[in-house]
Amino acid sequence: MGTMHILLRGRDIENLKQLEVYEQHEGFSALRAALGMSPAAVIDEVKASGLRGRGGAGFPTGVKWSFIPQQEPVKYVTVNADESETGTFKDREIMEENPYQLIEGSLICAYAIQARAVYIYLRGEFWDIGTQLDDCIEQLRAKGYVGENIMGSGYSCEVYTHLGAGAYICGEESALLNSLEGYLGQPRVRPPFPAQKGGGLYKEATVVNNVETLANVPFILNEGAEAFKAIGTTQSSGTKIYCVSGHVKKPGNYELPMGTTFRELLFEHAGGPLHGERGFKAMLPSGGSGPIVPLTDEVLDTPMSYEDCANIGTIIGSASIIIMDESVDITWVASKVTKFFAHESCGKCTPCREGTYWLDKVIDRILDGRGSPDDVRRIADVAENMAGTTLCALGDFAANPIIHTIKQFPDDFARHVQAEA
Amino acid sequence: MAIIGNAKYQARIKRHLAKYPTKRSAVMPLLYIAQEEYGWVNQAGINEVAQLLDLDPTQVKSIAGFYTMYSEKPKGKYWLQVCTDLPCALQGADEFHAWLKEELGVQEGGTSADGMFTVEHVMCLAACDKAPMLQCNFHYVENLDKDSMRALLAKWRVDGAGAANGSA
Ligand SMILES: Cc1cc2nc3c(=O)[nH]c(=O)nc-3n(C[C@H](O)[C@H](O)[C@H](O)COP(=O)(O)O)c2cc1C
Ligand code: SF4
Repeated sequence: MGTMHILLRGRDIENLKQLEVYEQHEGFSALRAALGMSPAAVIDEVKASGLRGRGGAGFPTGVKWSFIPQQEPVKYVTVNADESETGTFKDREIMEENPYQLIEGSLICAYAIQARAVYIYLRGEFWDIGTQLDDCIEQLRAKGYVGENIMGSGYSCEVYTHLGAGAYICGEESALLNSLEGYLGQPRVRPPFPAQKGGGLYKEATVVNNVETLANVPFILNEGAEAFKAIGTTQSSGTKIYCVSGHVKKPGNYELPMGTTFRELLFEHAGGPLHGERGFKAMLPSGGSGPIVPLTDEVLDTPMSYEDCANIGTIIGSASIIIMDESVDITWVASKVTKFFAHESCGKCTPCREGTYWLDKVIDRILDGRGSPDDVRRIADVAENMAGTTLCALGDFAANPIIHTIKQFPDDFARHVQAEA
Repeated sequence: MAIIGNAKYQARIKRHLAKYPTKRSAVMPLLYIAQEEYGWVNQAGINEVAQLLDLDPTQVKSIAGFYTMYSEKPKGKYWLQVCTDLPCALQGADEFHAWLKEELGVQEGGTSADGMFTVEHVMCLAACDKAPMLQCNFHYVENLDKDSMRALLAKWRVDGAGAANGSA
């Protein structure tokens, strides 16, 4: 297979982040094509491509767009650029090196649902990226790609950026909408869903899509849904940016067709184990929120697709692949990830707020050698009880690191509690 | 010192208010402006933001308190937030963070005696392939080691001598 740049084109084309250079490389030809089609035809093309959401859940993008009620007079697109999952750093490279492709994809989505504005919600730490995007938007406005009567089509749409201020939960789509409206960034009760009247931004029907998802859209309009479908596997089409961090020689972003094996990614692209003599031990393929797996031959030979990762008991999610070698104590990993969720729980539901706090305390006790085998059983129980009982998926995410580290690496826990017993 | 009526901010405030169909949506960008003016989000800034948006100051304060990037107490001129989350920690970020605090003689969240540096650790900043790294007054500094960090601290001590809080 090998590297294939649909999104990270900035690596091959010098100065792609300059508008003239982007224009020279098919820039805004996809938007022009879309504006010449009916909105429904644009949605059908994206549906036919099989593109699925890159923010983690893998929901089919065209299907999501088709949920927007056409008769509503006011609709919005919100770009999820919160990128806060531990180990994820792909949306950042798209926005830094290929910002116009994201904006073009967002405008195509906006046209397809006939939105009046696009809001790009950036995590607050992306301060410098926000400034750069504001500058891009002004240049696009000057050239008639944004604002009134886009490219003479009669369709008008504004594009704005909004900076968050440090809260992982604002990546959850309904919390993101609350935050953008100036309320506390806490998830909403659903239904109504964002795509429905009453559930979206300012209570209007809204599409929320991840940066990487939308950056794929210009390719689909330029090359056709079939060309996109030809890349990847039957259920996971296109490329994916895999963010590799931890104990590899060459951490970084790698854009490869979906369905490439973990082995190819980790050995051919990421350079293999950081310290040659120490082998790989474990992998978190979807940051802190997805199940951990041991790096066995079976796992290494698994294709990185939505369907194949399910077969090995984990998820590809946002593809934030954190690699740990043999020197790593998995109990320490469980503690690190649990601290993250304890810090980021928004506090709205009791099982998540109390559960993450308590898990953090007990796991620290185990790590210090003051825990008992009962403590290990107890945190597994608490985590099992959290899963599925909360308002948003963060409660499930927080349960995963406990449940799966204990299941996959029981010896790492036993070592801490037995030393004392 | 104020943000209302301060020529420095009028264009930005106007631009933010024009972005959204409701005034309330501008609370986050305006809190950043208040923080820029006062060096942290103090009561004066909260009151002004509330006044500009027709909100109650307690509502504005609860928003400020929810997010980590609004500082509820004064900070040093350089606010150093070191990522110690899992991917960075696998590359030695915990040791780097401990060393930096020792180098500056500060506790977690504390400010150095000369008022120059505040150090704290934060969760993942989406820079996992460039560890250790930190955020200094909202700008990323990546691929750090002790030598490059020492050189930066020396540079900031000089640059920061005349700068206002948070503006460096
Ligand atoms: C706790 C939590 C955090 C999330 N963080 C992000 C994020 O940082 N970026 C993102 O795109 N999606 C994030 N999501 C997923 C969004 O809720 C949403 O599904 C996504 O933006 C939809 O876009 P997509 O269909 O293009 O993937 C998060 C979800 C949860 C529950
Ligand atoms: S599950 Fe946790 S983060 Fe999600 S709404 Fe409940 S308390 Fe907030």
